[in-house]
Amino acid sequence: MSKDIAILGVGMHPWGKWGRNFVEYGVKAARDAIADAGISWRDVQFVSGGGTIRNGYPGFVAGASFAQALGWQGAQVNTSYAACASGSQALAAARSKILSGECDVALVVGADTTPKGFLAPAKGERFDDPDWVRFRIGITNPTYFALYARRRIEQYGDTQADFAAVKVKNAEHGFANPNARYRKKFSAEEVAASAMVADPLRLMDICATSDGGAAIIVSSLAYAKKIGKGNAPRIAAISTVTPTFASELVEMPDIATDSAVAAKPQSFRAALPKKAYEEAGISPKDVSLAEVYDLSTALELDWMEDLQLCARGEAAKLLRAGATKISGRLPVNASGGLACFGEAVPAQALAQVCELAWQLRGQAGERQTSNPKVGITANQGLFGHGSCVIVKK
Amino acid sequence: MDAKVQEALLPGWYTLDADQPHLIGTRCTACGTYYFPKQSTFCRNPDCAGVEFEEVQLSRTGKLWSWTNACYKPPEPFVAVEPFVPYAIAAVELAKEKMIILGAVVDGVGVEKLKSGMQMELKLEPTVDGKLTWKWKPTP
Repeated sequence: MSKDIAILGVGMHPWGKWGRNFVEYGVKAARDAIADAGISWRDVQFVSGGGTIRNGYPGFVAGASFAQALGWQGAQVNTSYAACASGSQALAAARSKILSGECDVALVVGADTTPKGFLAPAKGERFDDPDWVRFRIGITNPTYFALYARRRIEQYGDTQADFAAVKVKNAEHGFANPNARYRKKFSAEEVAASAMVADPLRLMDICATSDGGAAIIVSSLAYAKKIGKGNAPRIAAISTVTPTFASELVEMPDIATDSAVAAKPQSFRAALPKKAYEEAGISPKDVSLAEVYDLSTALELDWMEDLQLCARGEAAKLLRAGATKISGRLPVNASGGLACFGEAVPAQALAQVCELAWQLRGQAGERQTSNPKVGITANQGLFGHGSCVIVKK
Repeated sequence: MDAKVQEALLPGWYTLDADQPHLIGTRCTACGTYYFPKQSTFCRNPDCAGVEFEEVQLSRTGKLWSWTNACYKPPEPFVAVEPFVPYAIAAVELAKEKMIILGAVVDGVGVEKLKSGMQMELKLEPTVDGKLTWKWKPTP
């Protein structure tokens, strides 16, 4: 039995710092996705929301909040919270419902409103909370990105100019994306002139936090065919595996890796696509384009290797050759990536899938890549959450 | 530095030995896995049912795995000097425990003085609010 489901429609609320309630962004995205699918809201049988932690009680019941705002019509409901992978987990819940035959059509939606400034832990003194402890001793999110970036410099000979080139490329891509928050081209000199935040990473190497919303209408293949959308892009895999003990890298918000005395160290980032490729029966060689979580510019290069799009240490070579541009043979972050969006946590993994859907349908406008057949997304966030989704024609 | 009057920023996480401090971790008596911060309930090795842990002092030296710095003041609960002075941060690999542990680098040692693989040792330094915390320092 095919485990594929169809993407009938996608929609987004533009990313920005709008300062409004997250539900508003989600509903705008959902309405667009419903219209794009050519169905009616009443056709949706399952609403699966990616949860935000930043809006108190309503945030935890995102699925229901979106459903109410769209007009309660008795659909089944779900809310998934999995940090940066929240959207993918909500999508996986929808796929399970569809593949088990419990529903034909589902709406998956995620949206966030972010506070101004640094992300900080909740108040209070909590020695058993790793997120509190690491801030107490002065370790912020950019610390982790910078430690990984420094490893690339030491192990592979990557340079700060390579990292800047990722930003320049993604800024060019996002310039043509109406949903991106930052639509401005930058030169390598401008990136190099931005303030150092966490050596070797500068302000323009690190992504911001944003408000935004993304939504997807998914269905069984039979339903897609029935409404004349048998050729819609399909979701071929959703990987949401946990890390495997022992951790190879110090992961946010931890202050240490696992001890690898009794079990060998394992890469979490590399494990996420591995499961996705297996599930889809697709090889990394088949991938036409990738949307990866560039929390930092250097991290985009790590992801390319984790996705097996090139050998370890070779990502900068592809970048320098222009292969990862929209016009290249393996476009990475054709949307502009987090560099142009900033992170809206529960929406971001869905936004990645939206971009792949537009690309595979040939509807990405000025960002359109050359005849893509298979796209892959990748992201990783706090507390062992991450995901990888494969979309194919 | 008088240990009697000095309070730890994270009580019980390290010895207050002025010259030769150690981070305090635990070790699963069944599979030998080390834990920092301490783990004392269930072993996290998926193939180990261990529930007994011994408290251990971790190696106080290791190799520099990676490093960075904080050019901007972190948010609370961090307590910073005003005006803020950037500090380096090290990720140090302990050979015996086979783990990497983060920590700020001692005052006065910036990223320009750090090199991959260099030997680092554990030190204690007071924070602005007068509590002792662990720092990594290149060994001479």
